Amino acid sequence: MLKVNNIEVVYNDVILALRGISLQVPEKNIITLLGANGAGKSTTIKAIAGILPLEDGEIEGGMIEFDGERIDQESPEEIVKKGISVIPEGRGVFPELTVGENIKVGAYTRKDTKGIQSSLQKVYEYFPILKERHSQLAGYLSGGEQQMLSIGRSLMSKPKLMMLDEPSLGLAPIIVREIFNILKTINAGESTAILLVEQNAKVALNIATYGYILENGRIVMDAKSEVLIEDRDVKEFYLGLTDDKKKKNFAHIKHYKRRKRWLS
Amino acid sequence: MAGELNYLLQLFVSGLSVGSVYAVIGIGFVVIYKATKILNFAHGEILMIAAYFCLVLIETLHVHFLIAFLLTLAFCAVIGLMVERFIFRPMIGEPVFAVVMITLGLSIILRPLTGMVFGFGNLMFPSPFPQKPIVFSNVVVSYAHLWTFIISCSVMAIFFLFFKYSKVGIAMRAAADRQIVAFLMGINVKRIFSLSWAIAAATAGIAGILLANVMVMNLNLSFVAIKVFPAIILGGLDSIVGALIGGLIIGVFETLVGGYLDLYLSGIKEISAYILLFIILIVRPYGLFGTEEIERV
Repeated sequence: MLKVNNIEVVYNDVILALRGISLQVPEKNIITLLGANGAGKSTTIKAIAGILPLEDGEIEGGMIEFDGERIDQESPEEIVKKGISVIPEGRGVFPELTVGENIKVGAYTRKDTKGIQSSLQKVYEYFPILKERHSQLAGYLSGGEQQMLSIGRSLMSKPKLMMLDEPSLGLAPIIVREIFNILKTINAGESTAILLVEQNAKVALNIATYGYILENGRIVMDAKSEVLIEDRDVKEFYLGLTDDKKKKNFAHIKHYKRRKRWLS
Repeated sequence: MAGELNYLLQLFVSGLSVGSVYAVIGIGFVVIYKATKILNFAHGEILMIAAYFCLVLIETLHVHFLIAFLLTLAFCAVIGLMVERFIFRPMIGEPVFAVVMITLGLSIILRPLTGMVFGFGNLMFPSPFPQKPIVFSNVVVSYAHLWTFIISCSVMAIFFLFFKYSKVGIAMRAAADRQIVAFLMGINVKRIFSLSWAIAAATAGIAGILLANVMVMNLNLSFVAIKVFPAIILGGLDSIVGALIGGLIIGVFETLVGGYLDLYLSGIKEISAYILLFIILIVRPYGLFGTEEIERV
């Protein structure tokens, strides 16, 4: 459904952030994009969502296709209308709007009043807490609730593809588990495809069917989640496990001992 | 004693009327400030042009007041759109300070230009309201003041409902809150900016016509907007409700000071608003209703 083909992204005309990356999100699938800070994960999402020009970024080469149509030169508005929705990094709720108003803004591009109503019911079913907090200012919600609000708001646009930028950021493990469970339910219930950008490889590979690993603006590895979980390098550098499946003890780390093979 | 009380009430009522116009002018500042963080110094000039435009429609072209009123609003909205499109759109991304300087320049240019077109002398606005005042027991209220108050309050109410419940109104607040996320929601933020300017200019138009009814018409009409600064800063630059309450407070305070102290300290009325502003800002630097950043600890 979503095809990113060899795109290059440049900021301020000089800084090369993505050096030709390709990835695909098939319908109804959960795909994850893993990588450390500065690997280019957020840039990839921004490129797909069409908001790079707002940050002096530009797609210099390659193309992005959604449902067979090119979208790399479209406005963010059109991209939302086509069915791609972003849950930005750090939640990105409107802090000075109430929870209800935040949700309402999510349906901005839609005109079918009835459909909006039924979407709203669904959001409240997935996240009953949002109904409870309906008239509170979103800025005063807890981090987990804000993340839920952001996901709920995104559902209001009835997306075919949801892109989440580090939903686990700054949340307690128990909340992360809860949110990922809801994502799974949404994926199954609404047949929404999900592109999950994460640093937390463990939870991400757990719900994704396929994963890409991004480093320094390049895809260095991609495989089915089961394969990635078993890969030695992924284990060591993303899951923090050693060969004997024990947790890594930081006292015994020797950095020079093993290097990432794909860099040499 | 009864005379004293009546005098106070009288001042209070006319203060409310003036204050309500301040509030309408204040909305114009707030709408633009909220959306773009620009303080528009040319707001008073748009107000003044609106008054002249309406006057010409009525006096020269003999248009009925109501129609002239609506035409003026449309005219102002178009001015707002053009100013945004040709002057401020190209300045997106430039420092806010530079943009504010442009609004200042615009105001300096517009004043003599208006004079050249409409004349520099004093004019009388043909008031559509009956000249005979209404008498409530002992308080005398002119129709002009009464209608000013009613119209201003309706405008405020409409705006309150617009921003609270309408889809576009909420989108405008969203865009003011977090621009990039607003883009991600599919909101056309540029169109929202244009709309903000159009709305602000239209409210300036309303205020201009109302003021022309109760003041002498000349180029000094534009300076009324400067007097609204204390009102909006008092209310908090980004709060519509704040503009309303700030406007009313300043209007009443100023009239009371004028009524009681001007005899002893002539001119005190004109600066009273700033003195009040000064005191309040020491206590609440973000105004009475301005937002402190929401921060969860």
